[in-house]
Amino acid sequence: MSAEADRLLILEPGRAERHYWRDLWSYRELFAILAWRDLAVRYKQTVIGVVWAVLRPLLTMMIFTVIFSVVARLPSEGAAPYPILVYAAMLPWFLFSTILSEASNSLVSNANLISKVYFPRLIVPCATLLVSLVDFLVSFVLLLGLMAVFSFWPDWRILLLPLFILLAILAALGPALLMTAMNVKYRDFRFLIPFVVQFGLYVSPVGFSSSVVPEQWRLLYSLNPMVGVIDGFRWCLLGGEAQIYWPGFCLSLAVVAILLVIGVRYFRHTERTFADIV
Amino acid sequence: MSRPLSDTKLLMSDVVIRAENLGKKYIIGHQAERERYVALRDVIARNVGNFGRSLRDIVRGAANVAGDELEEFWALKNVNFEISRGDVVGIIGRNGAGKSTLLKVLSRITEPSEGRVEIKGRVASLLEVGTGFHPELTGRENIYLNGAILGMRRDEIKRKFDEIVAFSEIEKFLDTPVKRYSSGMYVRLAFAVAAHLEPEILVVDEVLAVGDAEFQKKCLGKMQDVAGHGRTVLFVSHNMGAVRALCKTAFLLRNGRLVSIGDTMAISAEYAAGSAGSSWQEVGPSEKPYAIRSAFLELLPHDLLRVTLDVASAAPKRLIVNALLQDAVGAPVGMASLGGYDPDQLVDLSEGESVIAFDVRLPALANGRYRVDVNLEEPYGHFLDHVTGELEFAVDRTPRNNHGRVLDVRWGAGCIELASATQIATPRGSDNSALSQATSSAPETCIS
Repeated sequence: MSAEADRLLILEPGRAERHYWRDLWSYRELFAILAWRDLAVRYKQTVIGVVWAVLRPLLTMMIFTVIFSVVARLPSEGAAPYPILVYAAMLPWFLFSTILSEASNSLVSNANLISKVYFPRLIVPCATLLVSLVDFLVSFVLLLGLMAVFSFWPDWRILLLPLFILLAILAALGPALLMTAMNVKYRDFRFLIPFVVQFGLYVSPVGFSSSVVPEQWRLLYSLNPMVGVIDGFRWCLLGGEAQIYWPGFCLSLAVVAILLVIGVRYFRHTERTFADIV
Repeated sequence: MSRPLSDTKLLMSDVVIRAENLGKKYIIGHQAERERYVALRDVIARNVGNFGRSLRDIVRGAANVAGDELEEFWALKNVNFEISRGDVVGIIGRNGAGKSTLLKVLSRITEPSEGRVEIKGRVASLLEVGTGFHPELTGRENIYLNGAILGMRRDEIKRKFDEIVAFSEIEKFLDTPVKRYSSGMYVRLAFAVAAHLEPEILVVDEVLAVGDAEFQKKCLGKMQDVAGHGRTVLFVSHNMGAVRALCKTAFLLRNGRLVSIGDTMAISAEYAAGSAGSSWQEVGPSEKPYAIRSAFLELLPHDLLRVTLDVASAAPKRLIVNALLQDAVGAPVGMASLGGYDPDQLVDLSEGESVIAFDVRLPALANGRYRVDVNLEEPYGHFLDHVTGELEFAVDRTPRNNHGRVLDVRWGAGCIELASATQIATPRGSDNSALSQATSSAPETCIS
């Protein structure tokens, strides 16, 4: 407190805040409380809050199973039941898409805060991550139920799942920050997001295994960062039935990293003017 | 005390805020004036338009001017000052003078466009009470939420929780969602949280303009308390009485420039002298037990006239405050009163100095100058004190609705523009059928 009191703060145009990350850390309580607020409000207002988190992936999984397995007769990964194959991909996909859509509206819906109080703006979109994560956990419990139904059990690889959850979050965060910042300036960006999400659902290997993609296209296909994430999830959850295509996975990782850097930099660059235009 | 800027680059140990050549520029385009945000389609449409124009210019060989729709607006320019630890500074100026922009820059909400500010210590800004309150959450939850938003730590809030609740007087409704609160309860809770902030530097914008008179008095007391504890406070208010009660020093801003720094009394007089819509009058020491020490008049938007009085009282007292409006030649126009019409509005004075402020809703006055006399009266007619002669304001309205012009006192038709009478169609000649229909529906008035 006293160290903070004696700190000299200098405000200048275009001055990159040197203590940005430390500042962010010192606002962790605000981060926690905003995340808690979003969560409390979400589950207070709607009875279907939890039901929605369960129903959406479940229904999508059923439709995808019917379309891709029964109608299109696409193969599963080894012996894994098709519904579980789809559901294992649905989990990271919905995590990604909720982060993207929740975060991108977060600044605009917190406009009153932004124009009245200072705090690192990065906190607001990041606080929405937690809400998406809780939805994810609810859906995850459902996966365990699904596995019980098919008596299909994952092996030790599931222990590595937290790493891939983190990867999914990072993959979403880059584009989400970019969208969030753009959305403040160009308010009609939000109309783009449902489209991106819808489109992404079909270009990502959610309804089918990425091994059905012809070998020569696979590397190119991995430019979609969600390919790496989804492959990772299946590798963890399908008990050795799914293999990771390593060159593609590394490429996905690189794309995630690049998007993240771009997202954070663009966000920080525009952050200073948010209060003036929001 | 604030003093003129010295040349030392080092921040002196007792200076906590120092601004050098501070400026804040906004770009206002003709599009941006209508909408606060830009839509991508507008950008595309405009760029396509600009591109077309540039192309035409190039073909014609004319000079290519880009962005001619944009206009720069300096909300702050060349602002220099120093504020020392423990100073309580009032910031005075008309609407749009740059007061709020200054506070926003100092509280880091927006970045300066030029110059630099050095700040030592934790700054908490209170630009609006209840910032971040969520209607769905309970009072208890909102105390934590709002506290965190204003920069309090969790343990700090916990420690002060009971104090906050006691100050807000909402114990019973602590676990009710704030959307069910009355607006008074809402404001009380919000201010209670804010009042328990303990930063080194507190930046406050017009928060006393909320709540009822009783609560405002309590808030003012709390603010005085904060100021008394050696903390630095920057205070913006339209309530001149509050500024003068709280602040020793004041800054006067005009059109984004810091015009003068000095003693609050002198600065508020200078402010009043410089604006047509306001007026200030000081009365010397008086022998009377209940005396008006000074009076301040300010014309606000929406035809509101704010009267602020500093009153010295020898003992607690209930009384009536009247404001008598006269035209430039002294003919009475009307009287507003606190307590004179409605006994529920009687003013409770406590012993010592207090501030009475109230707004008078003006009728559609004719353009011209007006004078206001203010007097204090006991409920049963005993006259206590008055100020007369110097409180003036000028009305210079633009025509309302789609009127063509405004009544002017020079027309000699009086001081109040009466609302246009509704024109009633007078049935005559060929329109007899309508008349007969109208009369036949009321047979008892028909004379045959």
